[in-house]
Amino acid sequence: MTEYLKPASLEDAYAARASHPDYVLLAGGTDYMVGVLHRPAPAGVIDLFGLEGLCGIEVSGERIRIGAATTYAEVLAHEALTSAFPSLETCVSEIGATQIQARGTLGGNIGTSSPVGDTLPVLLALDAVLELGSARGTRRVAYAEFCTGYRQTVMAADELILAVELPLPAPAIQFWRKVGTRKAQAISKVMVAASATRSGETLTQVRLAMGAVADRPVRLAGVEALIEGQVPSAELAERVRAAVGEAITPISDIRSTAPYRLRAAQNLAARFVLQQAGAPA
Amino acid sequence: MKLELKVNGETRSVEASPIARLLDVLREEISLTGTKEGCGEGECGACTILIDGKPVNSCLVPAAQAQGAELTTIEGLADRCGYGRQGATPLQTAIVEWGGTQCGICTPGIAVCAQALLAEEPAPSRERIREALAGNLCRCTGYQLIVDAVAAAAEASAGSQA
Amino acid sequence: MPQVGVSPPRVDGLDKVTGAARYVDDIQPPGVLFGRTVRSQVPHARLDAIELDPDFDWSQVTVVTAEDLTGPNVIALITDDQPALVPVGGNIRHVDEAVALVAAPTKPMAEAARKAITLVTTPLEAVFSIEDSIAKSALLHGEDNVFKRFEIKKGDVALGFAEADHIIEHTYRTGAQEQMYIEPQGVIASWAGEAGAETVKLIGSLQCPYYVHKALKALYELPDERVIVTQAVTGGGFGGKEEYPSMISAHATLLARKAQKPVKLVYERDEDVAATTKRHPSRTIHKLGFKKDGTLVAAEVDVVIDAGAYATLSEVVLSRAVLHAAGPYKIPHVRIVGRAVATNHPPHGAFRGFGAPQTTFAYERQIAKAAALVGQDAFAFRRHNMYRLGDVTATGQTLRESVATEEVLAAVEATLAKPGPRPRVEGPSIKRGRGIAFYNHGAGFTGSGEERLKGQATLALLPDGRFEVRSSSTDIGQGAQTTFGQIAAMAAGIPTEQIVVAQPSTDLVPDSGPTVASRTCMVVGHVVGQAASQLKERVEAYAKANDLDPQDRAAVAAHSPEELQTTVTYRPPPGIVWDDQTYSGDAYPVFGWACCLVDLAVDTDTLEVTVERCVHAVDVGKAINPRIVQGQIEGGTLQALGWALWESVLYKEGRVLNQRMTNSIIPTAIEAPELEAVLVEVPYSHGPHGAKGVGEIPMDGPAAAVANALEQALGVATDELPLLPETLDRLTRGGAA
Repeated sequence: MTEYLKPASLEDAYAARASHPDYVLLAGGTDYMVGVLHRPAPAGVIDLFGLEGLCGIEVSGERIRIGAATTYAEVLAHEALTSAFPSLETCVSEIGATQIQARGTLGGNIGTSSPVGDTLPVLLALDAVLELGSARGTRRVAYAEFCTGYRQTVMAADELILAVELPLPAPAIQFWRKVGTRKAQAISKVMVAASATRSGETLTQVRLAMGAVADRPVRLAGVEALIEGQVPSAELAERVRAAVGEAITPISDIRSTAPYRLRAAQNLAARFVLQQAGAPA
Repeated sequence: MKLELKVNGETRSVEASPIARLLDVLREEISLTGTKEGCGEGECGACTILIDGKPVNSCLVPAAQAQGAELTTIEGLADRCGYGRQGATPLQTAIVEWGGTQCGICTPGIAVCAQALLAEEPAPSRERIREALAGNLCRCTGYQLIVDAVAAAAEASAGSQA
Repeated sequence: MPQVGVSPPRVDGLDKVTGAARYVDDIQPPGVLFGRTVRSQVPHARLDAIELDPDFDWSQVTVVTAEDLTGPNVIALITDDQPALVPVGGNIRHVDEAVALVAAPTKPMAEAARKAITLVTTPLEAVFSIEDSIAKSALLHGEDNVFKRFEIKKGDVALGFAEADHIIEHTYRTGAQEQMYIEPQGVIASWAGEAGAETVKLIGSLQCPYYVHKALKALYELPDERVIVTQAVTGGGFGGKEEYPSMISAHATLLARKAQKPVKLVYERDEDVAATTKRHPSRTIHKLGFKKDGTLVAAEVDVVIDAGAYATLSEVVLSRAVLHAAGPYKIPHVRIVGRAVATNHPPHGAFRGFGAPQTTFAYERQIAKAAALVGQDAFAFRRHNMYRLGDVTATGQTLRESVATEEVLAAVEATLAKPGPRPRVEGPSIKRGRGIAFYNHGAGFTGSGEERLKGQATLALLPDGRFEVRSSSTDIGQGAQTTFGQIAAMAAGIPTEQIVVAQPSTDLVPDSGPTVASRTCMVVGHVVGQAASQLKERVEAYAKANDLDPQDRAAVAAHSPEELQTTVTYRPPPGIVWDDQTYSGDAYPVFGWACCLVDLAVDTDTLEVTVERCVHAVDVGKAINPRIVQGQIEGGTLQALGWALWESVLYKEGRVLNQRMTNSIIPTAIEAPELEAVLVEVPYSHGPHGAKGVGEIPMDGPAAAVANALEQALGVATDELPLLPETLDRLTRGGAA
């Protein structure tokens, strides 16, 4: 029978994780529980859902800190968070539907680290920083350095994700587009997240991230460099479109084709620039 | 593992794996078969119940996580809303009167989810109703009469509070 | 106060909305075993052996193979070519074909047992496409892989094309579609009685109790009364539970017989999607000739449907496909050839529309192209060519009544005059398009089908004085119970609450024919009405003869030593002449007519399509319960929009890749537009209060309307379904199908 551990504190959670690195970390369960009947029963699970040290959203002058066990519904209900980060709000509102949003957590999405994880490109585009913790202490890792391969992360076997921090001030310009198989309850085929700040007529601090186009969420640094310091224009959008075409090699799979993914990614990156070209300075 | 679950106002004790699907515990251990399985992966919403008033896919909830919460299944929905154990809420009645149920297999999930929506948002727009019910698949109705029913129920209760 | 044409709430509604309604999986007989099916993993092979893992504990598991059959190994349907289980030494003909069965006291044990059985096979050459089947890349059936062929001829197409100013010829392809009823297939089987006098009982999620009855009788060589098939509350069918339940019932009853315990066999979603029937993929080559003023002169249609590994219902689907291929248009010269060909796909089967959506797609795409070529407005072109009362169809049928072509076109135009919903999407990347489709659907069985069926309904006086309707027509969501209640109440002149509809069980109800072909209201409803009025007369006559108050029906029931009842057999209207050999004559007693208009928006960045307006005018003759009819139109419309825009069945080497709902998607409430269903009533003299069928017609046309709208929006020929964003990507790059 699967052992069930429900730590009452972070310390208990660290101890459980250290003693049982093979135990499944369970948050909302909306990913883990799919197909649970068709897998051998795990030796144990460590239930983090609702763990106090992992809950709560704190706003300070420099950042908003979101506890890893924060559900999508809680993200959407937090006014300061959603008004500062509309791209995160839109992204989260398009995950699953009501029922999934009630249980799925940000930490779960980050920990699963699927190439089609919905929040992941937004975290890249917003320069998110993760707080990881273990019995050995805590450390901060830029989300941009978190993913190392297909479902591989820098997390040690005894670590937990404690929180995600989004630095303030939030970028004035935020862009998010998910292309799913349908408008809700959909696995993404392509995701584009971007952010930037205006400096006079030009765009600076440009971030362009994509999901579902590689084995992990990616920032397109070369394309960012093209946009950085430039005045957005139709011509720049075309160069961006071409550059994206060189920067990613999405695959064909059960949900979509490589040519489609590439075309949509290119168009959406160009759209990001075009929208700024139309916008007031 | 012994689990204590509070379902429709009653505490029930069951023996199940901590990661048994709450759906199976409800249907098989507690014999509440009103909650249905359509897909087994949180896509169709036929398994929707309320945990502390919030709609969730019970096929994705590990049974152990349901402890310490108020669980409401379709069988307990009317009672939770004050219409008694054998009753029906105005929304449930509207779903029937408006033709929002055909084969009925999605209907318990729809009723639970829509009832929770009206508890949070008494006057949702039609767009908002569709969005709130996007996790409840229906193959029979095309959703039109379901949206009509929920909108009508919302309007009726607004009228009665005016 | 009329009881028809009004919308009392459906009689089973409260049970459904409170969770009290009991579907198959909600029923748990004591001591029931759980069944699972061992299926082939290869598409075409000789089955050499079935191996049970010797290390598995089989002591509580019942295993069934073809060896356990005592009667013929066949699922009786039409040509009886499909086995219940592939025997060792026989051939596997599709991926996920059933080879062995297991039953165990718990679901996990049954699943483990299933995995502990290995099939040893020797592969054979397999065929996965219509093209390969026609080319005979491997011979699967007969001399040419053709299960069935039909030909319809009117006039002389060579003459017709010679007269044409324009000729357009295009190839149209449509993909498979999964019914995706939200309740998967499931049955519970049990045996009772002494050896030599056993009775088998089957409770199932099904559309046609008597189809299952016939199949089980044949399988076990039992007489009528020793097979009892009962329909449970059924969570959707759409045709997917028309013929398939005979297979799952055969399996469950085989297990129950060997185990000597009741067996519940309920499919998980992936097994259901992979192994059970789906809409037939099709390829239609359509050649259309017309004059420069838009007058149609000739149509030559070559339609091929992918039957899959066994014939099953394909010849009937093909029949409807060819009989609808000329559409609601006057065309003096027509030649339609249809073939159902064998492949190594799991057999395709019944799904709402049943062949008509496939050929309707082809002809409405052609009509749209023709109208554009001669510069005529979409409505004008159709008005110019549509049937009117008295016209003669491609099979030589004179349309003597109930032709609503003008009415449905006018209804759509009138609706357009009213403002539609607000746009759902906006922006510089959006392109919009509008398309219409115009079509008909034959109600009831083809030609002499109803004559052969001799469908019956019985009305009986219950002890409490209520009338009970007994028919094998199943309510699968379409409200048959409620509709029958209204018809019977009206015919008997008693309140609707005084009518009860019996649960269809073959020991209690006569064979009314299957719940298919949009015949339930029109044919069986008609008979129900007749029986109800006859029963009322009998009750009154009995009361008069025995000095009782005829209004006190409970007293009449108490007085009569036997149950008072009447049974009526359906008699088609006189004058229906049909020739099965030449496929000519009166194809259907009457047609329903419809027009669908779709306005859509395409985001050219992502090629995602949003349906912004959908108006669907459908002529149903008479809406017995308008709310129920509206629900049928709306539900069928969204299924058709789904077939066009979001749904696909991905086959690879004969196996379905997208078996779970995650990847086998249907529209959510957000995809669905605000559907504007318009009920049109042009009555049919032989239907109850003028009613014709409505179940299927809403499925036939919207996909063509979508494709027409997308052609307008994007300027590419949208000649295939589905039109996923990936498809539109390929088409706008100039890629071929």
